[in-house]
Amino acid sequence: MLEIRDLHASVEDQAILNGVSLSVGPGEVHAVMGPNGSGKSTLSYVLSGREGYEVDRGEVLYDGRDLLELEPEERAAAGLFLAFQYPVEIPGVGTMTFLRTALNALRRGRGEDELDAMQFLRVVRQKARALGIGDDMLKRALNVGFSGGEKKRNEMLQLAILEPRLAILDETDSGLDIDALKVVAEGVNALRSPDRAMLIITHYQRLLDHIVPDRVHVLAKGRILRSGGSELARELEAKGYAEILSEAA
Amino acid sequence: MSRVAAETVEQVRSLGDRYKYGFVTDIESEQAPKGLNEDIVRFISAIKDEPEWLLEWRLEAFRHWQTMTEPNWAKLGIPMIDYQDAYYYSAPKQKEGPKSLDEVDPELLATYDKLGIPLREQEMLAGVAVDAVFDSVSVATTFKAKLEEHGVIFCPISEAVQNHPDLVRKYLGSVVPYTDNFFATLNSAVFTDGSFVFVPKGVRCPMELSTYFRINAANTGQFERTLIIAEDSSYVSYLEGCTAPMRDEHQLHAAVVELVALDDAEIKYSTVQNWYPGDENGVGGIFNFVTKRGACIGARSKISWTQVETGSAITWKYPSCMLHGADSVGEFYSIAITNNYQQADTGTKMVHMGPRSRSRVISKGISAGRASNAYRGLVKMLPGATSARNYTQCDSLLIGSKCGAHTFPYIESQNRSARVEHEATTSKIDDDQLFYCRQRGIGEEEAVALIVNGFCREVLQQLPMEFAVEAQKLVGISLEGSVG
Ligand SMILES: Nc1ncnc2c1ncn2[C@@H]1O[C@H](COP(=O)(O)OP(=O)(O)O)[C@@H](O)[C@H]1O
Repeated sequence: MLEIRDLHASVEDQAILNGVSLSVGPGEVHAVMGPNGSGKSTLSYVLSGREGYEVDRGEVLYDGRDLLELEPEERAAAGLFLAFQYPVEIPGVGTMTFLRTALNALRRGRGEDELDAMQFLRVVRQKARALGIGDDMLKRALNVGFSGGEKKRNEMLQLAILEPRLAILDETDSGLDIDALKVVAEGVNALRSPDRAMLIITHYQRLLDHIVPDRVHVLAKGRILRSGGSELARELEAKGYAEILSEAA
Repeated sequence: MSRVAAETVEQVRSLGDRYKYGFVTDIESEQAPKGLNEDIVRFISAIKDEPEWLLEWRLEAFRHWQTMTEPNWAKLGIPMIDYQDAYYYSAPKQKEGPKSLDEVDPELLATYDKLGIPLREQEMLAGVAVDAVFDSVSVATTFKAKLEEHGVIFCPISEAVQNHPDLVRKYLGSVVPYTDNFFATLNSAVFTDGSFVFVPKGVRCPMELSTYFRINAANTGQFERTLIIAEDSSYVSYLEGCTAPMRDEHQLHAAVVELVALDDAEIKYSTVQNWYPGDENGVGGIFNFVTKRGACIGARSKISWTQVETGSAITWKYPSCMLHGADSVGEFYSIAITNNYQQADTGTKMVHMGPRSRSRVISKGISAGRASNAYRGLVKMLPGATSARNYTQCDSLLIGSKCGAHTFPYIESQNRSARVEHEATTSKIDDDQLFYCRQRGIGEEEAVALIVNGFCREVLQQLPMEFAVEAQKLVGISLEGSVG
């Protein structure tokens, strides 16, 4: 489903990714772990098409299509979703309005009918409840004045509503207390399905106690230095990244 | 959602792209000869069968106008206007003034249909009474009968001159005297039509009142005159919308609006101005030079201006409040969007005379392309304005790097107990916000529209529900082509 081959990317002429290769099949959940500054966020931005992230070499195939030549909104329409590490505030735009605009844009892109206000409300209420999000939060301007936990739950709500085929979660666990973490993890687990793939980017292993990945990859120095099963995450938690880093040196 | 709102949503959905109002209606019209002189003023007055006092008033205005020169202090590059090269009166040919919609030329009804104002449906849908002004004359006023039941007068001003001469004579020019400024003086000499509203004591006008202005004929100036009087403890909400066809020449629109609020009365005046802005190279477009002023004569009276200005090549307008009454309230909520080569110089004047009078100004200026956008506001506290207060907030949003925004707040205080607060911000559309929207599948232009609508929210909320939807859509349309 997602096939990253020898990806080199740079930001402001500084090479950050130095040959990342990764293959994710439908229904699989992969974790990308690594120390700070190793290029994890850069990978998620390159995949989602953010301006300023230049691909210098390599290719990314999504369902066999060249992902890198699509505009960000086309990637979204094709089913790619990025849960942001730092969700953006948009003053004056109600959370509900934003969600509806996004969902209807995607539905238009897929040739489906747009949902009217009533139909949409039904969808949102049901999914919001599962994530412990109340109506008051939905009425507020998008992410404005939200706590760190609320922002992350809002990302999960969007994930649930937009129903992407490939979800990238960038440091979703950061800033969450243990209860919020459980709520988020349950939300993510509920979305696991045979035709949906997930790429979970995290610095710590604790999220992976709740969302058990099929594969774990260690990204450091802009490359995947090691891959393994879910036990690799626990190993890293115990030993840290030092050993892998020194092996690679 | 109410039926009217749902209808509006439908109408809005059907909007084409860019300037969808740029069609010309093929209809025979009656025009006064080109140019401006005393004979033209007499011609206009005669064709409207006006009383002697009104002709005299017009002539005095005209003579005064000849002694004046065009203002050039606004931050606008105004190409010279040749006042002799325009028509000052143009009317669709009709035998008599129409008594009902059945007598209105079907071509005209079709035109308003295209504009999204199906007068016939409006008549049936309940909710909004519309007076439609086509070039120089009113063609239809819906809902007259229902309003009359409540004692509300809503009619073309030319009709009010005939049927309610005392009211017109008492209030015309009472807020904006004919000597006021170059364009208001010109308007006083040659105004052709516009709306008249009178809400009697204690009456809450049962529906939104609305006027739709459209310039159709080529080389025609539109000089409408609106007069709204709210007697003690009455309330009225009034909305004007405007469009004009695309033409390569500039056309002049110089309107005057006067509002009078007596004790405890409230007037809410909203404008959605979407005159043709000119093309992306700055060719053509309307020059919109408007004098709007409200007098809060009575104690505890309130006048609230809300404007969404997206059209016109050049906009020059400062809806103002003269706060005479004790505890009177003036408000100004404005969105001004300029794109391509559009220029806007707009703002408000709040003149505080009454004790404890309060005013609130919220201005949102958005510029894109090579456009410029200036807020010019005056807050004046006169000696009688004991404990008066003003709060002004001006926010500017820039899209791209070739446009400009300027804020000129003027403050004059002659009363030590009065308080004036001013806040201003300038920001750019944020790349993070754009990327976030696009990642969620929202295309770039829609994302800009969404973010700008958020930026304008405080003002949009002031609009009557039916028009807020259309205004939101307009915000998007007027910014098309501004990114990427
Ligand atoms: N906009 C940027 N400009 C310059 N350097 C950047 C930018 N974004 C990221 N970097 C650099 O790229 C490297 C990888 O960053 P990032 O992808 O955020 O890593 P991680 O998510 O693994 O912490 C870091 O050294 C960081 O300083």
